[in-house]
Amino acid sequence: MAYSDRARQVYTDTLNGIKEAGLFKQERFIHSVQSADIEVEFPTGNPVKKVINMCANNYLGLSSHPDVVKAAHEGLETRGYGMSSVRFICGTQDIHKELEASLTEFLGTEDTILFPSCMDANAGVFEAILTKDDVMISDRLVHASIIDGIRLAPAMHDTYKHSDMEHLESKLQQYMDKRMRVVITDGVFSMDGDLAKLDVMADLCEKYDAMLFVDESHSSGFIGKTGRGTHEHCGVMGRVDIITTTFGKALGGASGGCVSGRREIVEMCRQKARPYLFSNTIAPVVVSGVLKVLETLSKSTERRDKLEMNTAFWRKGLLDAGFVLKEGDSPIVPVMLFNAKLAQDVSKDLFEEGIYAVGFFFPVVPNGQARIRTQISAGHDMHHLEKALAAFIKVGKKYNILGKTKNEIIEMYGN
Amino acid sequence: MENMKDIVLKYVIQEYCEDDSEEITYDTPLISGGIVDSFSMVSLKRFLEVKYKIQIPDDEATPEAFDNVNSIVALVEKFINK
Repeated sequence: MAYSDRARQVYTDTLNGIKEAGLFKQERFIHSVQSADIEVEFPTGNPVKKVINMCANNYLGLSSHPDVVKAAHEGLETRGYGMSSVRFICGTQDIHKELEASLTEFLGTEDTILFPSCMDANAGVFEAILTKDDVMISDRLVHASIIDGIRLAPAMHDTYKHSDMEHLESKLQQYMDKRMRVVITDGVFSMDGDLAKLDVMADLCEKYDAMLFVDESHSSGFIGKTGRGTHEHCGVMGRVDIITTTFGKALGGASGGCVSGRREIVEMCRQKARPYLFSNTIAPVVVSGVLKVLETLSKSTERRDKLEMNTAFWRKGLLDAGFVLKEGDSPIVPVMLFNAKLAQDVSKDLFEEGIYAVGFFFPVVPNGQARIRTQISAGHDMHHLEKALAAFIKVGKKYNILGKTKNEIIEMYGN
Repeated sequence: MENMKDIVLKYVIQEYCEDDSEEITYDTPLISGGIVDSFSMVSLKRFLEVKYKIQIPDDEATPEAFDNVNSIVALVEKFINK
């Protein structure tokens, strides 16, 4: 055994440092299925408490939907539990190809390849399609998985200010000497909930001969009139060259993701993307569930319409009560508190009131931008939202932040 | 003629500051202070290399060396004088 006392001490000290910095993450144990009403054990060892979940990525409320569960059961019965293989050896079933075709149709692209997660899709795609002669130009607030993917790629990399189209254009102009340019953005930004300006971006990409990459993880299934994503919302379906998305959020919430886009790019991923080549195929039970989700969403926009109404109610309720929100159209509604301790205290008090909503602070969001990120779901009914709103108002009054501006809150609590 | 410190300071403000009210001086911690994330440092490195016709090796372009305008200028001068 080579795990010495010294090694143990090194890790203990590091973990203590994380605790002292107030950055130690603790899981909260959920004793129920994922839904608007959940049963949570927190802190660990405490009795289980029934709370309303205001922080899941379960945007369409499909994570435990009976039709999806039934389809998953059928997949389990007919295609088994696992495949014990990567895709290209003996891990591709008919349903994997069926799901790729369904996603291509749903997203309005040329072709699709499945990955074990969207994290893997983002980690694999850039390395597979770019060389040192190319450049990647990314929004400064893209998701961490994209940053990891960019780091793995041999191409040069630069960033532009968040959603600043003039800055993006100046960067495109700077790199006209490169073989290929790829502009990289989230469709909906996960921490702020705002949407990328894909219409302007698609025009810029055409003007400067650049490819457009969009991570649609926080938009697939519900943004746009028929829920196809930010590209539908912005009227640029067919003009985005590479889309990545996850099945771990609105599309059933289990796991898995994909790269969807230009035929040759998808084929390059099939030949070269390491997370695809060296990681197991998606379990048949998950594939079957996602197929049912896509079938459901293609038949009706009922769930995304309800989500839109719920979001409008929630946003208006919080604004009328006097909270400071990040502007946006998505079901990600960040309640800005600016101070990290205040965000943690508010989250704790909300939990006491039966509302599960987590505080986010540096380094997950920029310094001085601490917040409670609320996420609305089609699984919420009006009584959930009304109860949650009442709890937010009660806690907001306790901390005297209702009707206060950003500067007033910072003056009271610091940032 | 504008000195190097002011040129670098001006670039940092233009390139990284979202908010005009942010006050940046020669000593303001840029990376450890959360103004520039280490991932976005690449554009500053490229700017310096093009502007001063130098090559800064990746192992010298550390977050510490890029943490304030004074240390950035010291790094650039080191390579200009090489």
